[in-house]
Amino acid sequence: MTNSALAVTGLRVRRGGRPVVWDVSFEVPRGVVTGLLGPSGCGKTTLMRAIVGVQIVEGGTVTVLGLPAGSPPLRHRIGYATQNPAIYADLTVREALRYFAAVLRAPASDVDRVIAEVGLTDHAGELVGSLSGGQHTRANLAVALLGTPELLVLDEPTVGLDPVLRDELWALFRRLADGGATLLVSSHVMDEAARCDRLLLMREGVLLADDAPLALRERTGAADLEQAFLHLVRAAS
Amino acid sequence: MNPALTLATTRRILTQLRHDPRTVVMLVLVPTLLMVLLRYVFNSTLVFSHVAPALLGVFPFLIMFLIASITTLRERTTATLERLMTLPIGRLDLLFGYALAFGAIAVVQVALAAGVSVWWLGLDLAGSVGMLLLVAVLDALLGMALGLFVSAFARTEFQAIQFMPVFVLPQILLCGLFVPRDDMGWLLRWLSEVMPLSYAVEALNRVTASSTVDAVILRNLLVVACCALMALMLGAATLRRRTP
Repeated sequence: MTNSALAVTGLRVRRGGRPVVWDVSFEVPRGVVTGLLGPSGCGKTTLMRAIVGVQIVEGGTVTVLGLPAGSPPLRHRIGYATQNPAIYADLTVREALRYFAAVLRAPASDVDRVIAEVGLTDHAGELVGSLSGGQHTRANLAVALLGTPELLVLDEPTVGLDPVLRDELWALFRRLADGGATLLVSSHVMDEAARCDRLLLMREGVLLADDAPLALRERTGAADLEQAFLHLVRAAS
Repeated sequence: MNPALTLATTRRILTQLRHDPRTVVMLVLVPTLLMVLLRYVFNSTLVFSHVAPALLGVFPFLIMFLIASITTLRERTTATLERLMTLPIGRLDLLFGYALAFGAIAVVQVALAAGVSVWWLGLDLAGSVGMLLLVAVLDALLGMALGLFVSAFARTEFQAIQFMPVFVLPQILLCGLFVPRDDMGWLLRWLSEVMPLSYAVEALNRVTASSTVDAVILRNLLVVACCALMALMLGAATLRRRTP
């Protein structure tokens, strides 16, 4: 299906001789929020790196917005936020974002927009390195929101945030999806799963499930998604 | 290549430095202070005039090598490089951005050290100050380009620091500063001929000794510039969009 935002078939990645993503296939339609869930170390980050095109893969294909992952035209169209903040600690929030906006040829007004979107307006003039952990994560997320990315790949964007902020960010993700963007958001917190349109459950490099949250609960007969995940893990082993 | 992105990168690096005034002060003042120290260690303008030209090239070369290898290593280890590799910026935009930023600092650094040496410490300069500056800045750029390149082979800052004695000190020992290159055995002589710093030092010595810009100076400038460019290109080759 050429219309899907993301099509992964038979993806295999080996790191340090060990398979970390093994024979993963799925498709993600445009304009939805997809949660990528699984325990720490299950291959979520590697899968995301393959999608943004910075991971050397052993086999399989990754097609992003109709193009092979890593194609130069995609660099304008994907917003990527790594799990560990990748933003210059010795710049202020505004200065760092101004640089990334220049790289993306995004309008200058974008800087203040994304700062407001992640709730850092009061800290825009502070050095990134002096921000608290949660603020640092949000500054990192702001970089991914610059320009108007069609696909957002966000690796654990809400980790370490208080519930109110988490709620605000999920509302933002929803707004972005309603505006036509496709989001792939990884998390290891199951209660965030319910806020996604679709879920990809990963464990030890293998995709366990690819379904809507409700369908997943119904299929496994579990009371909540945590139970559903456990059910799938036990069924797989 | 996109000049706007190169300049944005230059601006970003200079802004980073502006937030670190201590580093800026050290970058600008240290070579000058070392020249002053050197002058009074020898306690003779004659001896000083003999070694100073070479050191006007060596000090900025050394400092820029260190600064560049640490900054690029930091860009690699903090994953900002990986982020840039997912964005529409060319590897050369990034590296030339670095070269411009550090080049600008090198101009200030060298201008101060050369000015103090000529007008206060009594360095006997036969050639033009402009030419002296040009050679010394090229030298600093060479150090920067080499630093950028070798930082690709360092995993930690400890390793990056250790590359200084490995890549820089042999060049200083063999550049003709301690022993004239003509007096070296064939092996050392040959080694000194493949090391770019030797050409920079020879050019600096000629600029200070004579007012004519001869073919040797021009050839040496060309060698230094080409080596710097080559190191930058090799540095670009070490920046990979895809990593394991």
